[in-house]
Amino acid sequence: MALANSVKKRPKNLDLMKIRLPLPGIVSILHRISGVALFLIGIPFLLWVLSCSLASQEGFDGWREVFNRPLVKFILIGFLWAYLHHFCAGLRFLTLDIHKGISLPAARASSKLVLIVSIALTLILGAWLW
Amino acid sequence: MVKRVVVGAHYGLRDWLAQRVTAVVMVVYTVVFLGALLTHSPVGFAGWKSLFGHGAMRVLTLLFFLSLFYHAWIGMRDILMDYIQPASVRLFLEVLVILALVGYTIWTISILWSA
Repeated sequence: MALANSVKKRPKNLDLMKIRLPLPGIVSILHRISGVALFLIGIPFLLWVLSCSLASQEGFDGWREVFNRPLVKFILIGFLWAYLHHFCAGLRFLTLDIHKGISLPAARASSKLVLIVSIALTLILGAWLW
Repeated sequence: MVKRVVVGAHYGLRDWLAQRVTAVVMVVYTVVFLGALLTHSPVGFAGWKSLFGHGAMRVLTLLFFLSLFYHAWIGMRDILMDYIQPASVRLFLEVLVILALVGYTIWTISILWSA
């Protein structure tokens, strides 16, 4: 009975605005969010552009013109980041799978590295594509 | 003698492994494709079309997309299992995901082989 009560009285704090995820948790949830965004929008958009760009000269030029608009470029760079974050975080998960870097300091360092590298790659590739 | 009760459909390990194998396929394709794009840019329509005119490129690109779709299925299924509790809603959404991915597969083949 005492045990049941103590279990019931445990403080619950599932307020999403108050929860502070540790760095590996942030990398993990961003991996999920970027994955969903890439599935819902990324895949159909990629196929649509590939289809038009290979179908005709007009289709190719049409998309090239759309991609030249600054607003479109910002959105595309957002998706570029989603892909690159998913990519880098995925590589980190693969190294964790083979039991590399599973100590707490190493896992924290590698999650920081994933965040930095994916943003840096986005900026470099984004600048090159601009 | 210990009697073990084994339950489950046993697709867990297979899907876990498939998710990782498809990821590696996509990593390789992405790096090679990006490298080719960096060295050959800017690509015009003629160059773009001739790139996808090669049989090997079509097969490798299809392999990339099949890996992507299988990978997306496992990922979406995991997310639906985590967040959607009512079985009927989850099943409905899983069917939608499968239908979309099968449709994308057909679309991809038609894009690549009509290019």
